[in-house]
Amino acid sequence: MESDEEEVREERLPLSRRPEWSDVTPLPQDDGPDPVVSIAYKQDFRETMDYFRAVYRADERSSRALRLTQEAIRFNPGNYTVFLDLGFCYVWHFRRQIIESLDADLHEELDFVERIAKSNSKNYQIWHHRRWVAGKLGTDAAIKELEFTKKILSLDAKNYHAWSHRQWVLQALGGWEDELDYCRKLLEEDIFNNSAWNQRYFVVTRSPFLGGLKAMRDSEVSDTVEAIMENPENESPWRYLRGLYKDDIQSLTNDPKVSSVCLKVLSAKNNYVFALSMLLDLLCYGFQPSEEFTEAIGALRTSDSEPLDSDLGKAICHVLQHIDSMRANYWMWRKSKLPVAV
Amino acid sequence: MSEEEDGVKKEQRKAWREGAVRDRNVILHGGRGMVLDQIWLDAGNFLVDFNYANASSVSPPVLRLAKKDSFESVVMDHLRMNGAYWGLTTLDLLGKLDAVDKEDVISWVMQCQHESGGFAGNIGHDPHILYTLSAVQVLALFEKLDMLDIDKVSNYISGLQNEDGSFSGDVWGEVDTRFSYIAVCCLSILHRLDKIDVDKAVNYIVSCKNLDGGFGCTPGGESHAGQIFCCVGALAITGALHHVDKDLLGWWLCERQVKSGGLNGRPEKLPDVCYSWWVLSSLIMIDRVHWISKEKLVKFILDCQDLENGGISDRPDDAVDVFHTYFGVAGLSLLEYPGLKAIDPAYALPIDVVNRIFFGK
Repeated sequence: MESDEEEVREERLPLSRRPEWSDVTPLPQDDGPDPVVSIAYKQDFRETMDYFRAVYRADERSSRALRLTQEAIRFNPGNYTVFLDLGFCYVWHFRRQIIESLDADLHEELDFVERIAKSNSKNYQIWHHRRWVAGKLGTDAAIKELEFTKKILSLDAKNYHAWSHRQWVLQALGGWEDELDYCRKLLEEDIFNNSAWNQRYFVVTRSPFLGGLKAMRDSEVSDTVEAIMENPENESPWRYLRGLYKDDIQSLTNDPKVSSVCLKVLSAKNNYVFALSMLLDLLCYGFQPSEEFTEAIGALRTSDSEPLDSDLGKAICHVLQHIDSMRANYWMWRKSKLPVAV
Repeated sequence: MSEEEDGVKKEQRKAWREGAVRDRNVILHGGRGMVLDQIWLDAGNFLVDFNYANASSVSPPVLRLAKKDSFESVVMDHLRMNGAYWGLTTLDLLGKLDAVDKEDVISWVMQCQHESGGFAGNIGHDPHILYTLSAVQVLALFEKLDMLDIDKVSNYISGLQNEDGSFSGDVWGEVDTRFSYIAVCCLSILHRLDKIDVDKAVNYIVSCKNLDGGFGCTPGGESHAGQIFCCVGALAITGALHHVDKDLLGWWLCERQVKSGGLNGRPEKLPDVCYSWWVLSSLIMIDRVHWISKEKLVKFILDCQDLENGGISDRPDDAVDVFHTYFGVAGLSLLEYPGLKAIDPAYALPIDVVNRIFFGK
């Protein structure tokens, strides 16, 4: 990436002094105020855009025009104006038209985009362009695209554009085979990565190779329970666990793996808000708690001298109102909604 | 800019500052209240440039909150239409909209309209649905929707609806539930919702619902508070909130409040003042706002002020900008902070403006 910038900054000869462009009359922008007058790079950039307008107006789909768009695009990757300016859409768009007309090498194009994207990974136009190129290549591009997003995600594991692109690649071009392993790997690196949990759900529910949510449930529940035991304060696996029983409340309520992970976390007496919340849900769905649950809840009332509410649901809400006081109103509301005689 | 203009501008700023000092005594609440006057003063400075947009080479509203020629002012250049909406709505919430030269603003906005009917971020740029909504909102603030060729604008927007009900942001085709909201909100303001297939638009949004009750950018995309605002807002405007699992989503949203009192946009992310708008407005639309601690959130937003120069930043002690100033003030408005006009959580416009649009009063 640095080499690209260097090239532009140090070796750049103005287009007006290049013989290759001597036949073109640059076309200055004549509408509206000039936005970046005082910026040092402005002259070079403006000249490039003036030549761009000229070739665009002439619809010149040549290899020099292709190089010109490249020059404009990578002119200064640090200058976000170039990329954010929607007027710049035309540069990308014209580049696509030239690529089509010249039947240019699409793999080379992907390499070019990759160099640009690494320092501009939150730019919409780059991702849009990338999708166009990959879409033209079809299934052949799947592996390359998955590798590409992997690189971007290694720099920022929660980059929304990269995840959107990756989901599009899987659905449009394929490459599902290793996706669950990839999610597992990311979660090994950071178990709190909610994007990876979301992707895991995406794979488990949509992969054509895994047999769907029900077929995957047992093994996924085991992994999730393990993740919860490691970090009971981690919101993501608790939500993922609920998701694994989508539209099947009965199984959620009756699966001993779910109730027992709640009990284990509660017995450890540490970071147990989500465990209490899950147990509360189970009770509302009709779960019949054993004596152990009552004892575990009773043991949480350290400084509370009041007797334990005989209604376990109420007792849980009472504890939550105190330890999660910011959301006290939510827990009070949950208490008011408890079914009679849980 | 000529010296004469510079002098006029200085005079004007001085007058604003004096007015602000006068107001300070009225508006400031004891202790660490909100420095309302300084915020509108800065928003005002930022908008003073409007008055010279046509008279000289000085550009229309540059972000005055950023240093001239700094990275931010360059970046924001093409986003000026959004900046105008953020700044002007903030002024209106503070009751200071009349400090701006209405005619100049409107003239600049209208010059940003493209022949397609859509609006650009600035004069001479390309139209995008993002700027089209901001332009319509700014005109609505000034009671100037009648300036628009309503059919032209609404045709531009309806032309961006795709077969599956989703919306693209512009002719280049990027799809995002943000654009669904913008299309629905804009057409509703223009009384032209009948121009799109509302059922399909709703179905597409519903297809982006996740296991946590939230919504993503496309089907399967991770829940994100900004996208949730867009989806819930669009469903609210189209009368389709029954598709939202309010209790589940409400709990996810109130889990966004962290110890400092601020809100984040996704689990494990840092709190940011902009989510005071996105999370809070969503909670209000689904009637669950009492589930978070309003006092702590108010304190967090106030802690993000620049007490010397005005404005609000993303987090305490960061640099202020008009984007976070707007979201902070809008959030405080939703929290019924004294001295602010009420804002509508779905249309993101002051309620009196919304009432004017729909009830003619």
